[in-house]
Amino acid sequence: MIDIQLKDTPIFPQDCIDFVADAGTGGSTVFIGTVRNETKGKKVLRLEFESYAPMAISEMRKIAEQASERWSCTKVSIHHRVGILAIGEIAVIIAVATPHRKAAFEACEFCIDTLKETVPIWKREFFEDGDVWVAAHP
Amino acid sequence: MNINILAFGIAKDIINGSTLGMEIQEGMTVGDLKVKLISQFPDFEKLRSLAIAVNEEYQEDDFVLSEKDEIVIIPPVSGG
Repeated sequence: MIDIQLKDTPIFPQDCIDFVADAGTGGSTVFIGTVRNETKGKKVLRLEFESYAPMAISEMRKIAEQASERWSCTKVSIHHRVGILAIGEIAVIIAVATPHRKAAFEACEFCIDTLKETVPIWKREFFEDGDVWVAAHP
Repeated sequence: MNINILAFGIAKDIINGSTLGMEIQEGMTVGDLKVKLISQFPDFEKLRSLAIAVNEEYQEDDFVLSEKDEIVIIPPVSGG
């Protein structure tokens, strides 16, 4: 079972944990991505995430489906936030439940790594002296 | 035929807007569109990658565009 959410309001780890809780689960892992206060030594004031929403949701679903197949996940929950976020706020949560422990770590890592490569969401960092679209240039 | 292209992230800054109308010839592919975009807006070539989504799916350079397609410029993504 898969739960994908893209929201412009705060997201909560417990929601993802509750979704993946299952009697058939031997272990679950949770990744929480938060807004860091600096990039390469420069103070970050806030972040803005923009998305191409329908495709972001379908790409996150594909990732969850691939993980489910490869690691026999019983459940996967991915919540991503968009809009303006302050330092320390949660940008993404991934919870994965599998029958055995090792697969839970691997599947969760696969989900966040692939999300960063394929899901059409863009992060803009705001500094004291300007802003930049993250990872846009080599 | 005329197509309407949507832009997100840094692509909005490059085209100076969130949509771009373009007249194209029948049979134009995703690869042709990228070439046209780069010639019109050279800043696209400076990006780490440039992808095109058609109807909410990434498409390869040989994919042929149609007038009714939803075409989106996907600059390097940075979610998570």
